[in-house]
Amino acid sequence: MRRPVLALVVVVLVAVGAFVWTAMHPGPLPASPTGTPTRAVAQSANAATRFIERGEYLARMGDCVACHSEPTGKPFAGGRAMATPFGNIYTSNITPDDETGIGRWTADDFYRMMHTGISRDGTLLYPAMPFAQYTKVTREDCDAIFAYLQSLLPVRQKNRPHELKFPFNKRELLVGWRTLYFTEGEYKPDPSQNAQWNRGAYLVEGLGHCTMCHTAVNLLGGTKESKEFEGGMIPNQNWYAPSLTSNREAGLGDWSLQDIGSLLQVGISHRATVYGPMAEVVYNSLQYMNDEDTAAMAVYLKALPKRDADPLPPGSARLVQPGVMETGQRVYLKQCAACHHSEGKGYPPHYPPLAGNQSITMASPVNSIRMVLNGGYPPGTKKNPRPHGMPPFSHLLKDDEVAAVVTYIRVAWNNTGTPVAPAQVNELRKLLPE
Amino acid sequence: MPRRLLLCAALALAIASSRAEDEAVPRFKQVDSMEARVQGCVTCHGHEGQGTKSGYFPRIAGKPAGYLYNQLVAFRDGTRKYAPMNYLVAYLPDKYLKEMAEHYAKLRPAFAPKEPTTASEATIARGKALVTAGDASKQLPACVACHGNGLTGMEPGVPGLVGLRPAYIVAQLTRWRVGERVAADPDCMKRIATRLSEGDVTAVAAYMSLQDPPKDPSPESANLVRMPFACGSQR
Repeated sequence: MRRPVLALVVVVLVAVGAFVWTAMHPGPLPASPTGTPTRAVAQSANAATRFIERGEYLARMGDCVACHSEPTGKPFAGGRAMATPFGNIYTSNITPDDETGIGRWTADDFYRMMHTGISRDGTLLYPAMPFAQYTKVTREDCDAIFAYLQSLLPVRQKNRPHELKFPFNKRELLVGWRTLYFTEGEYKPDPSQNAQWNRGAYLVEGLGHCTMCHTAVNLLGGTKESKEFEGGMIPNQNWYAPSLTSNREAGLGDWSLQDIGSLLQVGISHRATVYGPMAEVVYNSLQYMNDEDTAAMAVYLKALPKRDADPLPPGSARLVQPGVMETGQRVYLKQCAACHHSEGKGYPPHYPPLAGNQSITMASPVNSIRMVLNGGYPPGTKKNPRPHGMPPFSHLLKDDEVAAVVTYIRVAWNNTGTPVAPAQVNELRKLLPE
Repeated sequence: MPRRLLLCAALALAIASSRAEDEAVPRFKQVDSMEARVQGCVTCHGHEGQGTKSGYFPRIAGKPAGYLYNQLVAFRDGTRKYAPMNYLVAYLPDKYLKEMAEHYAKLRPAFAPKEPTTASEATIARGKALVTAGDASKQLPACVACHGNGLTGMEPGVPGLVGLRPAYIVAQLTRWRVGERVAADPDCMKRIATRLSEGDVTAVAAYMSLQDPPKDPSPESANLVRMPFACGSQR
């Protein structure tokens, strides 16, 4: 059933694409004789330095380096494979090499790319590049990031062609995608909110590109604004990015600003700890955020509208067989209690609490199961350079034991989760830890 | 009499194996300690880095800190590939990895009882020859020339091999032979592993796993001897 629907959608998209192609095919920018490579650079060297440093800070906030570098490659030289359901996309070289990087770009080219998702030569970028979020970044901030990138050591490394399956290798399709999911426009401050909230909104919605993961992605790799921050599985990473609006998930409504800020900037807090893809974000990006911006982000995230559409699961859905509960408790007391405390209180912020922890009780048990199987270390950050780690248990516990212990922590201590089946564990066991 | 002895042996074995299992269960005395911080390692490498029941998880205690650090960095950066390790240390900074390496380098837990071998006498003899004397016809130096007479390794970058089980030694030498495992240039182990036959690998692993650990299992000091091959990890 899904395939014919997908095919139909593709046909429609191609048609839509063909229709607006001529209107939207932009081509290169006309060469500007005056050029404005770093137009905001002021006269004195100190101001220029400050501008580049500001660009570095903003590039950190945008986490450019995470995707535009291979794990062992040169930073910003690109080449990292971004696995998507449609095939691999390889990130580009954004060092200022004239031949293979962005050495010949102007600040205008760079702003157009960030703001509209159109590359210097006029090609449309795949939305793996979060231009739908970066469009909110101001011209001045884009110029600063550009000045910073231009100040890096040029690396000669040719971009690797994408390996996308048909029909997704046809960039014409992107015209359709853009009409459905892309709204161009810099961030407009909300006058009914204070400056701190607006700064937080600007960072979260723009450079932070949080909605890339924390909004469910549909079959076409698009995110719906109406579903913003409602959470979803991260494609190809098999981690669940919790909803930031539901108090049943990572909704932050009843968190202290201190804990929200700490989770983002330090990686640990008294409520929860980051692992997996969010650990990468904190490691590469958020740990460098200054305290002021951290507080702003926390204020904005805490104030996100709550959408508790999904009520607590009914008591019947939470019933657990006594035998499962016994196994779960036995495993818990033997393997988990030393760090997470016999009553699930943990030793926060170093070992997270499990009692009352939304990431344990939320509808999707994927993250909890993965943690029991593979363990994990929070990121080592400036404010927590020596994090405490959790060991893997995949080689010690069988599927039914993992299911029982995850069930146990989801329902014990008045937690409001539902039981987990051994089959769910078995599915996740087949994946490599990442 | 022999029956009672057998019973005693069985009992001792049972105690040893239950203790080995407990060695993999997380526990610590103080939250703010290295012991607590490295709980992420214990289910595979044991509390003191002595290893656990599974022959594939190596003993890491007492290996030179430089060697352990190089491995942690290689796992983090993906130049040594083993998904569970790559995942665990992916976002840990150099300084902390160094501290972890130094933590385990200092520990001297007891060695696990030796596994009984199924290798033939000829295999063990070949292993002994390679480990202690090398094979001039293949341009192979003796293992002990770098890994020390007691196979306890050499500061700062040559690992101790004593106490490693055959499954692990075979797997690592094989990975080196096929180019999956590499070390800093010049990669001396690559030169050696590519000269070994499959039979040589089995023989070396069998002989090594039969060796008693020396009284002091500390690695030898750096470059007391002139190494037969230049090694990047010793620079």
